[in-house]
Amino acid sequence: MSSHLSGIFGSSPVEPLQLHMEVCHRAAADLGDLVTATQAGDWEAGETCLHRISKREHEADVLKQQIRRTLTKPRMLMPVHREDLLKLILAQDAIANLAKRTGRLILWRKLVFPETVAGPFVQLLERTMAASKKARKSVRRLDELFETSFRGPEADRVEEIIGQLDEIETETDKLQRTVREALMAIEKEYNPVDVMFMYQAIDRVGEIADMAERVGRRLENLLAT
Amino acid sequence: MSDYTLYVGLAALFGVFMAWGIGANDVANAMATSVGAKALTIKQAILVAAVFEFAGAVLAGGEVTATIRKGIIDAGALSDEPELLIYGMLSALLAAGIWLLVASYKGWPVSTTHSIVGAIVGFAAVGIGMDAVMWGKVGIIVMSWVISPLTAGLIAYLIFRSVQWLILEREDPLARARRYVPVYMFLAAFNITLVTIFKGLKHVGLHLSTAEAYFTAAAIGVVVALIGRIFVGRITRDKRADKRFHFHTVERVFGVLMVVTACGMAFAHGSNDVANAIGPVAAVVSIADSGIIGQKSPIPIWVLLLGGAGIVVGLATFGVRVITTVGHKITHLTPSRGFAAELAAASTIVVASGTGMPISTTHTLVGAVLGVGMARGIAAIDLGVVGRIFLSWLTTIPAGAILAIIFFQILRLTLG
Repeated sequence: MSSHLSGIFGSSPVEPLQLHMEVCHRAAADLGDLVTATQAGDWEAGETCLHRISKREHEADVLKQQIRRTLTKPRMLMPVHREDLLKLILAQDAIANLAKRTGRLILWRKLVFPETVAGPFVQLLERTMAASKKARKSVRRLDELFETSFRGPEADRVEEIIGQLDEIETETDKLQRTVREALMAIEKEYNPVDVMFMYQAIDRVGEIADMAERVGRRLENLLAT
Repeated sequence: MSDYTLYVGLAALFGVFMAWGIGANDVANAMATSVGAKALTIKQAILVAAVFEFAGAVLAGGEVTATIRKGIIDAGALSDEPELLIYGMLSALLAAGIWLLVASYKGWPVSTTHSIVGAIVGFAAVGIGMDAVMWGKVGIIVMSWVISPLTAGLIAYLIFRSVQWLILEREDPLARARRYVPVYMFLAAFNITLVTIFKGLKHVGLHLSTAEAYFTAAAIGVVVALIGRIFVGRITRDKRADKRFHFHTVERVFGVLMVVTACGMAFAHGSNDVANAIGPVAAVVSIADSGIIGQKSPIPIWVLLLGGAGIVVGLATFGVRVITTVGHKITHLTPSRGFAAELAAASTIVVASGTGMPISTTHTLVGAVLGVGMARGIAAIDLGVVGRIFLSWLTTIPAGAILAIIFFQILRLTLG
């Protein structure tokens, strides 16, 4: 009965958005497992991890399409601009995409980071996953934000979380520099093609942290409406 | 009149048919918001509806019933042929009832009020003559169809803004909810009781002075608030659920409030929509009795009981399925929003009933929901569906009118 009273309640995007972020974060977290495996030389385990990441990235894609379909229905009245919600989901989605591409790169080129570089690189990865986790925490507040119409103490708390997210992202920026410097110090000793791809992998991991920060930014947009 | 038994029998039959339809369809709409928000189970919703629809019809439905019975048609135009009015009212009932059935089956939005008013105006204007209809009154009724959703929307907006300001957007919303929800309960009960006393009770024979009215309404309000306070106090904080959704317990407190507003909705709906079924029946009975139109005789009790029983049966049989379907889709209307919409709608409807205006309860409720949406209270409202519902009168009125005209001619030929 689409023209019935119940039909006026369009699908709420809150739960799907939160689920989507959950899936994207899992993909990023799996990247950590992947690198642990590849650094230890276990390429089979690495492949398994990549397979997991791919599945999650695909799940995220399906959710993204569903959400976009409900959000782009004409003439919906929402408490926030739906373009802001669409931008939020794109930022979330980028996390999963980058995780998959980074994993693929590492496995394809069989990249093993040298000892002096591996240490800081793993640190960078950990902080990136922490950033993604913090982004997920902020998105988990979406239902409370809708409940309070994006105002009041709930909004303040989310601002705090986003602030912490910014701090983590700044850390990853610094760590990224450290890793590159470590690599630059020894790059002449290695196959230049491998080194270039290592730089690329480092950049990609940094981008994941950037995307996590962008999720926070998009959420802030919703608060500002 | 010679065919008294025939006319009254047909009127009773068609009246029950219409009442059944109202119970199966319209009441479900009125109660679905409460079921969807999990403030009431389906069984509880049916019980509440059964009691309060009936109460609303008896205590506050007099003016609307009078309007439908004799407020739309000009008695003067029919004084030498009162049987025409009987045929007309019978056809109006049948037409509205059948349209209700068809539209419900097809899933189209339908207002029982629009159907019956369209049918009555239809048979009178076309079947008898343009001056058989009191166009001035009809004009005012149509205006009330526009004003009621707007009013309900404004009231709902204000109520929900107050909820945001007092409770939701503050620190420790649970403590504040426990404190203020009984106040909203008082307001709900006070409001509806007051309007009912002022406007409705004279048909039941009770006369209260202004001061007595305010006092009684306030007393009932306080009793309701105190009982509500007890139930609110029984709700304990569910730490785990609150961790997942910070407002879980707060919403449960609002859930108690929504039980009160659900009763209010049922009462308001009864006060305005039962008339759609029993108004025409009362007209037929009084003419068949006396042969005179426009009698000031009160509505016989059995007619009231007929309407009330028809509605309850319709609700308990088909209405259950409708409530389940509709209620399951309204899961995102949490009690803090739902009660605001219901309170606004119920207040508006009761005032309309008091002034004798038959309005569409569905449109009013949709207007109220929109009001909450404008206060940024609802995640997503499909304005396309809202538009379809608001424009449904464009099909309902002609459909009711055409069917009524057809049946009118048939009855005129077979019974005349």
